[in-house]
Amino acid sequence: MLKTEAFDVEKVRADFPILKRRVHGKRLVYLDNAATTQKPKAVIDALVDFYSRYNSNVHRSVHTLGEEATEAYESARSKTAKFVGASPKELVFVRGTTEATNLVRFAWGDKNVRKGDLLVTTLMEHHSNIVPWQLLAKSKGATLKFVGLNSDGTLDMGSLEALLDESPKLVAVTHCSNVLGTINDVAAICAKARRAGATTVVDGAQSVPHLPVDTGEVGADFYAFSGHKMLGPTGIGALIAKKKTLEEMDPFQGGGEMIKQVFQDHSTWNDVPYKFEAGTVNIADAIGLGAAVDYLAAIGMAKVREHEVRLLDHALQTLSTVKGFKLYGPQDSQDKGGVISFNLADIHPHDLATILDEDGIAIRSGHHCAQPLMRWLDVPATSRASFQVYNSYDDIDALKVGLDRAGRIFKV
Amino acid sequence: MSSADIYREIILDYYRNPRNFGRLEKYDIESHDVNPLCGDEIEMQLKVGDGQKIEEIKFTGKGCAISQASASMLTELAKGKQLEWVKEVSKEDIFKMLGDPDLGPSRVKCALLGMKVLKTGVYGYLGAHYEEPDESEKR
Repeated sequence: MLKTEAFDVEKVRADFPILKRRVHGKRLVYLDNAATTQKPKAVIDALVDFYSRYNSNVHRSVHTLGEEATEAYESARSKTAKFVGASPKELVFVRGTTEATNLVRFAWGDKNVRKGDLLVTTLMEHHSNIVPWQLLAKSKGATLKFVGLNSDGTLDMGSLEALLDESPKLVAVTHCSNVLGTINDVAAICAKARRAGATTVVDGAQSVPHLPVDTGEVGADFYAFSGHKMLGPTGIGALIAKKKTLEEMDPFQGGGEMIKQVFQDHSTWNDVPYKFEAGTVNIADAIGLGAAVDYLAAIGMAKVREHEVRLLDHALQTLSTVKGFKLYGPQDSQDKGGVISFNLADIHPHDLATILDEDGIAIRSGHHCAQPLMRWLDVPATSRASFQVYNSYDDIDALKVGLDRAGRIFKV
Repeated sequence: MSSADIYREIILDYYRNPRNFGRLEKYDIESHDVNPLCGDEIEMQLKVGDGQKIEEIKFTGKGCAISQASASMLTELAKGKQLEWVKEVSKEDIFKMLGDPDLGPSRVKCALLGMKVLKTGVYGYLGAHYEEPDESEKR
């Protein structure tokens, strides 16, 4: 038996009410964390507390509730920014990573990309870091090219260098693949891209929830992540960018909150980051995200990572004994986020997920919003088990038993 | 629900050894569809003979056992039938053909993809348009 988890998992599990739920009469084994994570009671309480005690709009109401809501919203911004080594003025609240990349597409891309320009992304991206650039390229007459992969599921740096020689306008890359788990050296990639004159966008949706991240060290022009994948509510996320970068950009959406003055023939923009937060913002969920950040910071992201590496080691060892198990992506836990993509013999992932669901086990099956990567892997779909702080060795052992049962049903 | 019921021997057999799998060189009807949720994919070709009969039918595709077995079984049922028969086929017929497995809402789409492809092709050939019933209203 391997050494125990990096911290008291049972104590952590007790903070998540949903983990007491039974599914088909079985203990819930939730391994779909790369899709969305469960919420600790502290986050749920923060939402309830906001709506039951000080619900109000922010920034313009001078009454007590308005002051309290503004204070809580801005404090959530400060906490979240600090969590990733940024300053509050550098954090724009958005709906999630997808809205962040689309914000960059419009507010930066419209102004900076011209006909004939080159945009670069990679084959391991989530659709949210591909499709906005496809749309941008199409609207501007620019070209989008993809950095290739090595057979072990890492980025082909030679392919990146070759594309950088073509002086791209933009390089968009994920910090951690949501399918392969590959952790990219985004600091080195951003440095190279900057030397080549490119603006950089890093998708942090799978890194901020699992690793210690310092956006200053990464050095991307834009760094995006989602709250719901890091124990926070859905509908809230962040785009991190330097104050100067944000100031030079055009607004994203027009409306209330983002303006300073409005005349019949023109308007002036609010200071950053408010210039990019048009309309009534998602106050409650931002406060919820602040509570999630508090929760993760109290454990410490280095501990979270250590825990997930142990889970990965246990999983890679345990699951490799299952008949027909095939792993995709890096084989070493040190190079990998807490994501295991696999197939079991010729069982289609959807059939596998249906069988595991009967055992109370939630995994993801499908293309994981990464169809170019699926084509590169030459599979229609994969199954994916992904971890968070509340997962235990027991969860992985339950998965192994479930996979063995699926193998028997399919006579593998 | 038990997956032992869903993945009976016969379903696995049709999944691994699909009947009527392949493409027709000459055909009168061709139809293709995907289930974007799963990425399940089915393509069918039909050759129409005298009296509007389905003389030949073949399919190709990739996807889960339910979608592929269902499509394969459906081609066997359809062969030799008149095109009008295709218009009459219902989802209840498909479930019966599969042995009435207790499928969740997301898996029902897998089971019905083959029928959708067949109906779309045949309706188009007959100059009509097949509209898939909106399941969401019944929930």
